[in-house]
Amino acid sequence: MALLTFDTRHKPRQAYISMAALLLLMLVFPFVASQFGNSWVRIIDIALLYIMLALGLNIVVGFAGLLDLGYIAFFAVGAYLVGLFSSPQFAALLESLIYYSPAIGEALVAFFGPEIAQDGIHLSLWAIVPLAALCAALCGALLGAPTLKLRGDYLAIVTLGFGEIIRIFMNNLNDPINFTNGPQGINMIDPIRVFGVSLAGEPGSGANVMIGDYAMPSVNAYYFLFLAMVIATIFITGRLQHSRLGRAWVAIREDEIAAKAMGINTRNVKLLAFAMGASFGGVAGAMFGAFQGFVSPESFSLTESIAVLAMVVLGGIGHIPGVVLGGVLLAALPEVLRHVVDPLQQAVFGKVIIEAEVLRQLLYGLALVLIMLVRPAGLWPSPNKEERPNAALARDEEEASTA
Amino acid sequence: METFIQQLLNGLVLGSMYALVALGYTMVYGVLNLINFAHGDVLMIGAMLGLTILQLLEAYIPGLPGYVQLALAILGAIPLTMLVSILIERVAYRRLRNAPRLAPLITAIGISILLQTFAMMIWGRSPIPFPQLLSPEPIMIGGAMITQTQVLLLVLAAVAMGALVLLVERTRMGRAMRAVAENPRVAGLMGVDANRVIVATFAIGAALAAVAGVMWGANYASITFTMGVLPGLKAFCAAVLGGIGNIYGAMLGGLLLGIIEALGAGYIGDLTGGFLGSHYQDIFAFVVLILVLTLRPSGIMGERVADRA
Repeated sequence: MALLTFDTRHKPRQAYISMAALLLLMLVFPFVASQFGNSWVRIIDIALLYIMLALGLNIVVGFAGLLDLGYIAFFAVGAYLVGLFSSPQFAALLESLIYYSPAIGEALVAFFGPEIAQDGIHLSLWAIVPLAALCAALCGALLGAPTLKLRGDYLAIVTLGFGEIIRIFMNNLNDPINFTNGPQGINMIDPIRVFGVSLAGEPGSGANVMIGDYAMPSVNAYYFLFLAMVIATIFITGRLQHSRLGRAWVAIREDEIAAKAMGINTRNVKLLAFAMGASFGGVAGAMFGAFQGFVSPESFSLTESIAVLAMVVLGGIGHIPGVVLGGVLLAALPEVLRHVVDPLQQAVFGKVIIEAEVLRQLLYGLALVLIMLVRPAGLWPSPNKEERPNAALARDEEEASTA
Repeated sequence: METFIQQLLNGLVLGSMYALVALGYTMVYGVLNLINFAHGDVLMIGAMLGLTILQLLEAYIPGLPGYVQLALAILGAIPLTMLVSILIERVAYRRLRNAPRLAPLITAIGISILLQTFAMMIWGRSPIPFPQLLSPEPIMIGGAMITQTQVLLLVLAAVAMGALVLLVERTRMGRAMRAVAENPRVAGLMGVDANRVIVATFAIGAALAAVAGVMWGANYASITFTMGVLPGLKAFCAAVLGGIGNIYGAMLGGLLLGIIEALGAGYIGDLTGGFLGSHYQDIFAFVVLILVLTLRPSGIMGERVADRA
């Protein structure tokens, strides 16, 4: 990693050159990859969303040191907001409401008008994104409030429970009032539009996006949107890390009592960590819903929360380039393996010995164990020792002082 | 009233299984401050091994009475599961004793994925029926039904927990465990071999999980490679609810959680006027957990630990 450095403070020239090189690579990537098929770009599209998630979770776990095992819930909040306000689902909701309680239902239909009762609400994604950020932040603060007093692992289990509660509600809130359409999920979510251009391609264009006279595959268009979002997220979280607030988070992570003694309002600062981390999850979720055109509770299981946490820890907790690396590896690699291992086995052994799905799981599990054993601080931890979380050290000192 | 007794019994059965698994979480946490996320899958391995033993018995010594088969399955599954658990500790946790706190959490998750994948490769993807070994004739208590398997489960759980209490409170190994949980460094200075204690802790937790796993299979008559996930989560909740690190807390937490879940599933429909149905059963564990922890941040029986003295 010596070649790439993002330490703008100490080695500015090297840092800016690395950034420019990476950016150039990222800009060229989809044009090269789509030569081999759009599915490769699609994999990276999803990976970019996961990187956004990992960066958001990094605020909570990496900066503030609060172990959150239910982070995917905020992703779900964003995705379901898009599902509700940008698809025919709202019509189904009104219909079930009329059935359940005619008075309220009719009043709402009168309020929204017959069109919405017929087709649902179709807000633009750009109206929903701030809403998703706000809702997710609210949920984050809501989750944070009762957990302020809890220590590390107690917090972990409460956040885990919160994630499961959200998922179970998504799974069951289709009866008696149909909010989420239950396990089937919400279909036919409107695609993202940028300046009126649908990123899914207009009907009949063969999933090609026309910008003026230039046609580009839909996945590439999404790629550039998500890339921009990730760069924005990196910029914001990077600035946050070195802000007054970021310093306060690190202080709390390293020693809460000392932080309090230095005049940090630990309650507000912790709640802010939860809320800000969550808002990135909400935005990523909204993008995810619109990109897939479909959301269902399956995408928001505990496994996903854990996968995002694994990206953060494996990459290098608290270190933004590390987290991005972890996100790329853990989000893209399993999908790449899925495409590669079957042909590879065919070529080497002449037949498929282990199914791609099974092998993918095996390698994923193995990678988590091996990488952590070899590099306990993550693949690419912060070069500055004082920026790394050091809970193990703190615990030793605690033991020494109580002994 | 009959529903109440019935749900109470169901809750006790469920709760004693949670308690057995919760003990494994809480003991490991006590000595290592580590959430052993793979413990739920250790339960699954126990159940699968038990099933394999049953199949072997059926193939080589057919015609054994049901309770003998079940006893052999449990007795066989225990040492094998212990071995798996000891192996996990050796491979995934020992090298990370002094690593950053989240590193062993990630290896635990990796191990959990690996165990499930191996189980899927060995025993297959689809649910496997678990043979009916004891007479399905239910026993009636005050209008409520309980099967013989469930009675056996309650007895076994009580015996296992009694034995564990004796072990922890009365034996040399138990004293060493408590010493390491209190302060590993000082325990080491007093001549306690911390590594041996840690291995023993993992082994005992696995033995309890194996009992719970085989009985889980016998009770629900079907097992799959993902069966460990939810009980593992709930048992972890139970351990935290009782106050993690405390074995009595884990027992109490497990039983409480089982009973609350069963009663909740039985009554939620009436309570909410039919708005929420029994498919919200799984929420109870978590809602109760959050409520209890809000009021008592270190669990019901957990000690109040100052946050870094």
